[in-house]
This record gives sequence, structure tokens and C-alpha cells, in this order.
Amino acid sequence: MGKETSKANDKKLRNIKFRNRLGNLIPKIMIAPTFTVSLVCVYGFILWTIWISFTSSKILPKYDFVGFEQYNILFTQEPRWWVASLNLFIFSGLFIAICIALGLTLAIFIDQRLRGEGVFRTIYLYPMALSFIVTGTAWRWIMNPSLGLERLVQQLGFSDFTFRLLVESNVAIYAVVIAAVWQSTGFMFALFIAGLRGIDNSIIKAAQIDGASLKKIYLRIIIPSLRPVFLSAVIILLHLSIKCFDLVMALTSGGPGYSTDMPATFMYAFAFNRGRLAFGAASAVIMFITVMAIIIPYLYTELKGTRNAR
Amino acid sequence: MPGKMNVMVGEKSPGMIAGRIIVYTLSILAAVYFLIPFFVMVMTSVKTLEDIKSGNLISWPREFTLDAWIKAWDSACTGINCEGVKGYFFNSILMVVPSVAISTIIGAVNGYVFSKWRFKGSEVLFTFLLLGCFIPFQIILLPMSGMLGWLKISQTIFGLALVHIIYGLSFTSLFFRNYYVAIPDEIIKAAKIDGAGFFRIFWKCILPVSAPIFMVVIIWQTTQIWNDFLFGVAFSGSESQPVTVALNNIVNTTTGVKEYNVDMAAALIAGLPTLLVYIISGKYFLRGLTAGAVKG
Repeated sequence: MGKETSKANDKKLRNIKFRNRLGNLIPKIMIAPTFTVSLVCVYGFILWTIWISFTSSKILPKYDFVGFEQYNILFTQEPRWWVASLNLFIFSGLFIAICIALGLTLAIFIDQRLRGEGVFRTIYLYPMALSFIVTGTAWRWIMNPSLGLERLVQQLGFSDFTFRLLVESNVAIYAVVIAAVWQSTGFMFALFIAGLRGIDNSIIKAAQIDGASLKKIYLRIIIPSLRPVFLSAVIILLHLSIKCFDLVMALTSGGPGYSTDMPATFMYAFAFNRGRLAFGAASAVIMFITVMAIIIPYLYTELKGTRNAR
Repeated sequence: MPGKMNVMVGEKSPGMIAGRIIVYTLSILAAVYFLIPFFVMVMTSVKTLEDIKSGNLISWPREFTLDAWIKAWDSACTGINCEGVKGYFFNSILMVVPSVAISTIIGAVNGYVFSKWRFKGSEVLFTFLLLGCFIPFQIILLPMSGMLGWLKISQTIFGLALVHIIYGLSFTSLFFRNYYVAIPDEIIKAAKIDGAGFFRIFWKCILPVSAPIFMVVIIWQTTQIWNDFLFGVAFSGSESQPVTVALNNIVNTTTGVKEYNVDMAAALIAGLPTLLVYIISGKYFLRGLTAGAVKG
């Protein structure tokens, strides 16, 4: 009898062991497809693009090796790349500064417990639900040089008013900034209002008891405590700027000429329209390195932060 | 909602009231600024071309007409095809529905593993997967178009949906993982002791509390994929274009008279689905935006 129970126990134990082993395997099996896809379609593809950027491929990939030649052409012989880079610089600077300033201001306004807060929120944020192509199409019409804003203001009585951002190549990039700011300000507003609502009230109460004015409380206590939000905001907007492709295509198609080209549209134009694979790949690699140089330190501090918090 | 300003309001001095009036005025002005482009689009889309040429951006239509909408839907020219956006609108639906469904389901299971079935190296794997959220997609465009060709699905809606699934997985896994981390491990442990396995626990303990995160992820993925242009323009053919690409082609068609009313109607058609999603479930949209944002 004792023997039998021990046998049965043995069997039970083996069963449990087997199930445990299987149970430990299932999570890995479930992750495997995503892992494989990521390995190939993210990491593998990045390596492939880097590799191609060191070849002389034109329309079809060619696996020779020409060293840094494409990069050399990109930086020393291609004025359009410098236009694109400079545009990215101007665009991201203005886009980030204006979006954050407007978004923060609106967040502070709405944080004063305004009536109809929900309505304000909905209106400020709706452009984020639209495609950049829709935004670009709308603003292209608004900034139309003959029938758009110019006509409107002239009809209001300012007959000398001109508004020709879209057709003058030295200022067309500002048109892209205007449309982008319109679309993304609400996003910044949402980030900042979440930040403001997360601030501990007791600090503010204490400052009030000490007789600090509202302005002082904002400048000295509230805004400094939003530092992490500012950091995320800058990173997000920078990331959006580098990836900015659709808006330029819809608003200016990179023109007039190539005056509103950005790295993202540059890469597309050379790799897909002109059939210069290796050259396009080289510009993509530069974009990639730029993004990584921004994201990796940020992620590193973020992940370290959450781990310490836990 | 207990905003912090209630501590500051206290008694109302005249200065305070003036301050509030200013704040209200500026907030309303900002709202007007955000609404104007939409208003202009709607106004332009219901005018005749003559009306557009004689009036201005915000002038009221002298004659209200839906001709531009009908033309945009049915017969506007995108390049050489003159069949409006209707076909492309359905392309977008055909692309969005399967890619959202699949990337969401896989993301949920991944998130479940990364939060509740951690194994040695799973954290590293998760970080490894995260990179997909941040890369500029230009870096994968060329090999991806090669792979789609090799799989014989280039320029198909299926291929496009596949691309959206692949590059959506990082985001969906991240969303679900961050949500599931907050579920107490004790529940899972108790279920394990009761003999429940991987799928049973997922089905009985995790899924029933997952409705909000499913909403967030589905809405996030729907807007992202519907609004995408880069993959659409790089990987679709003339028959399989999503509506964003078709819209861009309508606007950039240079032959014939420029019909701004048709452009605006087409833009509104392309924008309405995501706008509706936003209006119906703005709360979830916002949560996705801020959650996805802080990490990407």
C-alpha cells in the first residue's frame, strides 16, 4: 500500500515537472515570432541598409564595397543634403520652442479650473488625430498665395498685405513650421497638463502660506518641477522633426525647388525616385545615427529612473 | 477634479477677476485658432469654384453644394485614375482592420509574457524589441521593399498590412506590458497554484481586466495606420494605395483646373474616420498618446 502511494506520488510529481517544463517553454514560444520578426525586420534590415550604404548600388543592390564614398558625396558634393540638414535644424528648433511655449501656456490656462475644460481639451487636441497629409493639404490651401490668407487679409482692408511663404524658397520652411505647430501644440498641452495635475499640492500650499505670489509660485516651483516633462517633450518633438516626411510632401512637396527638403524626404527622393540606392541608404544611416544619439541616452536615464523607483 | 488652483483662488479680488477674464479670452482665442483650419476646409468644400475665387477663406458660401464631396468620392483624378477616393478609402479599411487586430492580439500576449511570465533574459529581450519604436523608418524602407518583392506581395494591400503589423508590434507590446505590470503578481501566483496554465490565466485573469488597454491600443494603432503615409507611398501600387496617398495625389495632380473645393472634400473624407474615433473615445486616444509619447 505504502509502495503504491509512493508510485502514484512519483507519477504525479513527474507530471507536475513535465507541466512545469512545458509551462516554462510556452512564454518563450509565444515571444519567438515577434523576436524573430524584430531580429530580421528591424536589426537585420538596419544592418543591410548600413551595408548597402558602403556599396555603389544604383537601381539594384550591388554588393561591392566602395568604403565611405557615398558619405563623402553626401557631405561634400551634394548641396541638397545641406539644405535638408539646415532645414531640419531650423524646423526642429522653431517647432520645439513654439510647441512647448504654446502648449505650456495653454496648460497653465486650463489648469486655472476653467469652466468647459473638456471642450477646450477636445478642441486643442483634435489636430493630433489627423494625418499630416490632411493637415498639409489644409494649410497648403490656407497659405495659397493668391486665394488664401493673403486674399482674406486684403479683403479685410489691409490691401498691402502679402503672405507668400509657400512660393518663396528662402522662407518656405517656415510654412512647414506653422502647419506642424498647429498639429502638435495640443499634444504638448496634453503632456503639460498631465504634469501640472501631478504636482503635489502641499508644496504649493506651503509657498502660499509663505506669501508667494501666483507668478512666483509658477516660475519658482511649478515650472521647475516639470523638468522631466520638458525633457520628454523635447525628445518627442525632436523625434517627430527628424521623421517629418508626410507634412513636407503634402504642404510643399519639398519645393519650391528643393528648398523645403528634409532628410526624410531627401532619402525618399534619392532612394525611390532617382534610383540611387546606396546614396539614399547613406542618408538613412545618418538619420538613424542621429535618432539613436538622442534616444539612447534618454532611454538609458528613463529606464534607470524607473528601475530605481521600483 | 481637485486642481491646485483652488488653493490659490481664495477670496476674489478685482485683479483676480480681471486675470480670469484674460485667461478665458486667451483660451478661447486659442480654441478659435485650432478650429479655423477645420472651418476653412468645411467652408471651402461646400462652395462652388466661382464662389471660392470671388470670396475668401472664411466667407460664407453663397450657394451651398455637395458637388465637391461627390466628385472627391467618385470621380476626382488621382494621377491618371479618375475614380475619386472611394476605392482608396476601402483600401485603407482593408489595410487597417487586419493589421490593427493582429498587432493588438500579438502585442497583448507579448505584454503578458514580458510582465507576468518573465524568464531569464526576458527584460533584455524587451529592451531589444523597444528599438523598433524609435527607428526612423527610412532605415528599413529599402530592404523591406526587397523583402515584399521576394515574398511576391509588393504593391498589395496584404503586403502593406504586413508591414504595419511588423512595425506596430513594438508599440503594442510596450503598451500592454506597461499596463499588465500594474496587475498584482499574487493573482497570477494564486492561479498557478490552482493549476491554471499560461492560456487559462490569460483568459480568466488578464483578459477580463484588459478592456481599457485594448481600447487604448486599438485606437492608437488605428489612427497610426490610417494616417500613415510613408509606408503607403513606398509600398503600395496604383491599385492598392491607402487614402492618404490618394489624397496627396489628388492635391498634386497638376493637369486641369485646380479644384480647391474637391481637395478639401477629399481631405475631410480622409480625415473623418480618425476624427470620429477621436471624438467618440478621446480619453483613450489621449492615454495612448501620452503613454506612447513618454516612451516614443
